[in-house]
Amino acid sequence: MGVSLSKAAQWTTFSPDASKLKSTPTNEALLKEILTFVEQIGSQHPQEADFTFEAPLQWRTTVVTSDLKSDYHIRDSTAWSHETDSREAPPLLTPFTVRVRSLGQLSMLIQAAEDKKLEEVQACLEGNRDFLVKILGPRIASQLLEDGAYADVESLKEDVKDEASEIKARLVALRLFCCPSLKSESLMLVEMDFLQFCSEGDDRLLKSVRYTSDFEFWNGCRAPPWRQAQGEICYVVIESVDTGSLNVTCCTAGVFLNGVGGPGALFISNSRKEFILNSAAGVTLWLLLFHTYIMYIHSVTCRLRDCCSFRKTSSKATLAELSSETSSESEEEEERPEHQPESDFYLSSEFLQIKKLVKYLKKGDQKVTLLMLCCMLDLDLTQDSCNLAIRDEGGLQFLLNLLDTNEDKCKIGALKILIRMSRCVPIQRSMEDMLGVRSLVNNLDSEVTKVKALAAETIANVANFPRARRTVRQSGGIEKLIKLLDCFLKSQKKSDHLENMEAARCGALALWSCSRSTKNKKAICSAGGIPLLGCLLTSSLESMLIPVVGTLQECASEESSRITIQSKDIIKNLVKNLRSNCTDLQIQCSMALFKCAEDTETRDLVRKYKGLKPLVELLNNTNNKELLAAATGAIWKCSISIENVLIFQNDKVLESLAGLLTAQPEEVLINVAGALTEFLQVPANKAVIRKCDGIKPMIQLLLSTNQALLVNVTKAISACATDRENMKIIDELDGISLLWSLLQNPNPEVQASAAWAICPCIGNSKDAMRTVLSFQGFGRIPDLLMSTNNEVLASICAVIAKLAKYKNILATLTDLGIVSLLTKLTNTVRKLRHHLSDAICHCCQFANNTAAFGEAGAVEPLVRYMKSEDILVRQSATMALFQLSWDPNNNLTMLSRGAVKVSCV
Amino acid sequence: MSSSANKKAIQALAETISKKVEHFNKKEVECLIWRFNALLEAQKHSDGSVSGLDRNQFKVVLHNLFEMTDDFIMDRVFRIFDKDNDGFVTVEEWIQGLSVHFWGTLDEQKRYCFHMYDLKGSGFITRDDIFLLLKDSFHLRLEEEGREDDYQDEQDEINELMEIVLKKMDHDKDGRLSFQDFEKSVKKEELLLEAFGSCLPNFRKKFEQQVLEKQQDE
Repeated sequence: MGVSLSKAAQWTTFSPDASKLKSTPTNEALLKEILTFVEQIGSQHPQEADFTFEAPLQWRTTVVTSDLKSDYHIRDSTAWSHETDSREAPPLLTPFTVRVRSLGQLSMLIQAAEDKKLEEVQACLEGNRDFLVKILGPRIASQLLEDGAYADVESLKEDVKDEASEIKARLVALRLFCCPSLKSESLMLVEMDFLQFCSEGDDRLLKSVRYTSDFEFWNGCRAPPWRQAQGEICYVVIESVDTGSLNVTCCTAGVFLNGVGGPGALFISNSRKEFILNSAAGVTLWLLLFHTYIMYIHSVTCRLRDCCSFRKTSSKATLAELSSETSSESEEEEERPEHQPESDFYLSSEFLQIKKLVKYLKKGDQKVTLLMLCCMLDLDLTQDSCNLAIRDEGGLQFLLNLLDTNEDKCKIGALKILIRMSRCVPIQRSMEDMLGVRSLVNNLDSEVTKVKALAAETIANVANFPRARRTVRQSGGIEKLIKLLDCFLKSQKKSDHLENMEAARCGALALWSCSRSTKNKKAICSAGGIPLLGCLLTSSLESMLIPVVGTLQECASEESSRITIQSKDIIKNLVKNLRSNCTDLQIQCSMALFKCAEDTETRDLVRKYKGLKPLVELLNNTNNKELLAAATGAIWKCSISIENVLIFQNDKVLESLAGLLTAQPEEVLINVAGALTEFLQVPANKAVIRKCDGIKPMIQLLLSTNQALLVNVTKAISACATDRENMKIIDELDGISLLWSLLQNPNPEVQASAAWAICPCIGNSKDAMRTVLSFQGFGRIPDLLMSTNNEVLASICAVIAKLAKYKNILATLTDLGIVSLLTKLTNTVRKLRHHLSDAICHCCQFANNTAAFGEAGAVEPLVRYMKSEDILVRQSATMALFQLSWDPNNNLTMLSRGAVKVSCV
Repeated sequence: MSSSANKKAIQALAETISKKVEHFNKKEVECLIWRFNALLEAQKHSDGSVSGLDRNQFKVVLHNLFEMTDDFIMDRVFRIFDKDNDGFVTVEEWIQGLSVHFWGTLDEQKRYCFHMYDLKGSGFITRDDIFLLLKDSFHLRLEEEGREDDYQDEQDEINELMEIVLKKMDHDKDGRLSFQDFEKSVKKEELLLEAFGSCLPNFRKKFEQQVLEKQQDE
């Protein structure tokens, strides 16, 4: 531990004899890897082995002619290879120097070195740091390095005529093949493996290597789709031992260290794993990999030197923080590296214009500044490259500085530009870095209403990521934004009305953005924002309503906010807006109801204000999936109250929902399944779902991989299965096996709800016995009995109680040792006592399980259960004790523990 | 003059003036007259009896009340207020000027500003006008010796700046700004109303508090 990077990378730094490679475990492992390839090359890839290098690789060697075998012409201490036809060719081996012209030669020579193979490989790398140029020739190599990945393969082929070049072209083509297709899932894997390899062991260089996002798209990329279009694949955060973290962008053009340009930035080439492992071209790439790895270390060292001074004090703390950060933390942020503008942008007239404008912006007095601000508004600020250029020219900082002045007109101009710039993600981060968010918040107090409005709108854009949201909160922005709402509601004067309304609208927009952080939700609630938002709901302006409802909706995930929402009659207005013509508004309203209707009172209020009918009407919008998901969600939560279900059924909602079980996105399916579960609590509906063919699609959904969906679907099936007719259909579709297989799911919630669903299935199925026996999957039950999740334990106990009715199964279960497992559970949590006693009761039916339970000590806790206040627990405990009493020893225990006394009471 | 008679005279004057101006009511006009008289009082110490505010006093007023700082622009404002070009702003000119130019509608303000920047009264804002209006913005050091190169550089910069401005505002591409050009630009971006120097009150509220409301209390 703690080996400093500079030591590890002795390649470049301290020794004057710069090109020496230090022997560290990492380096050694790399050398070994390379050696293995070189050794095998002749036998495995004869054709590639013949390929002649553009210039020989040359290094000082310890191999002498006597080591060589018969394949060489040897004269004195000089040797020529057989392969070289012409005698004029320079000798392969002269004393202490070797020149290798092909991979085959390299392989043979290394083999001749016998026990000094590693040293030879090392010497080879040290002597040929520009090996890529030597192997491929300067033109192709530079193309590879500067990444001509987009260079046309065909044109390259036209250029090259002889055979050697063709192989070269193939090398390049192979490489090119890997690059443009974003579809190759394993594209970045090898780099990750390699980097992770560097982060292992005591002598490691890297602290950790991780993707910025856990989510992987279907094509294996982790970058968001719009960045994928730019060729980006994923973003990796590499934490080295000494420096902080480095952000790396992997894209089709190579791997880049963010913020560093030039060929040094490309430090690991793209390649497939199998490509590296199985082809001769892989060797070259391995070398390239290694070479660029060294360059990477070099750049790390440079950075280290740069940041050493100020990092030293803080590095330990920040690194510890960084590594402990998990993606689940709400305030955690996802660093998204930015894309540098394409190089030809710097030649465009637009860039020159920006340069000019920013120059005069900074140079002139306020008159000129104002003029320049107006001119800047004509720029195409939707383009990232424009925005980045403004920032890099120092314009962004200047604009933010203007916010701290007293020049209201300049402020307005600057804010108008900032609003547009702040839609660009990297700019948002830069603004926060430049302390712009604080300045914006300060301007919320301005005397000029327009400045307030513009500042709020900019905050709405910038608060797109957690760090900015935190700053807004910490600098008191939430209170100020709420004050904007208050100002509008209190403003009487007609002349100010429109301006104040605009400010309130922007304030609501900003609050909406901010409310995505949990702490901000609480801040909005405690600053009294909810009632004000409620008042604004009476507005008829859509542009006002959407952010207001959006904020309410976000805040509704906090319980304290929900109570306020209920008491303030906000539900009434939410229901009213469900009938709006604006789909976005409808979505936000439905989502708000979805979250609020967790509480019984709210569900009653929705019914009272006749909100159920409009929700049902929203189900007709089958094209807008977002709306559909929100509406089904609201219906789900509302239907938790059985009165609501009855009203819903007047409109035949169950039938509509059943129709939504197929060909819908998962967000919709989850909500539909949830709603069905609630609907099916009404016995009459069990027949309805059968009649409208809803069971089959539900069973099919059991094959899904979305855990939330699985939980809801199993619950719905569980509700279905209590009906015998339904059970017939489930049996036909082999539903029980599908449910059983879900017990293997790693998510305890899925396990539990699957187990609960299995119970009624076994109870109501005619040939459950046969089905269950065919599973052979009982091995899972003892595992699940050791689960730490109480719900899982309870559900499995219930399943065991059902299964124990079948003698054969009970025998198997007994063999698996469930007696002792069940007994162990008797001394744990309250929750599962009912089902546990039930399971014990049923398990007693087999052989000498009764005695076994007694020996394991199950009797005593069961006697205690008799004192429980829960009648169900008392009942099942009594039943269990009755079964146990067949064994005389158990009776003794019962007597001694006072069971008789308890039962008499 | 006794204070009650003074008051009466002012009320009478306010009555007549308020009929001529649009944006003030009688009460406000009265306040403005009070203010004007107070300002005139302050000026009398240096001068004998005059009919109105002279250029310097007027500029001080502009600076104190409206926080204007640009000397060049303040001169222009004086010229426009002083309709009869006699070097003094009378009480009537004072109120009319404030009314139309500071409290006017956007249309009135557009005309006012255009008039302000049209230095020669040619009906156009020409290149020369823009040059004069912007030349101070770079703190030209014309007088300093041995700064010939710097001077040339700054000259070039102003020219470049002028090109940028004309490109933005000269819609008919005739190399000068007509009122139509100006109006169109302002319509697109209201901030351009005061493109070549701030000549409208920044703090109307402050002015209202200081002059109109405060005087009403008295």
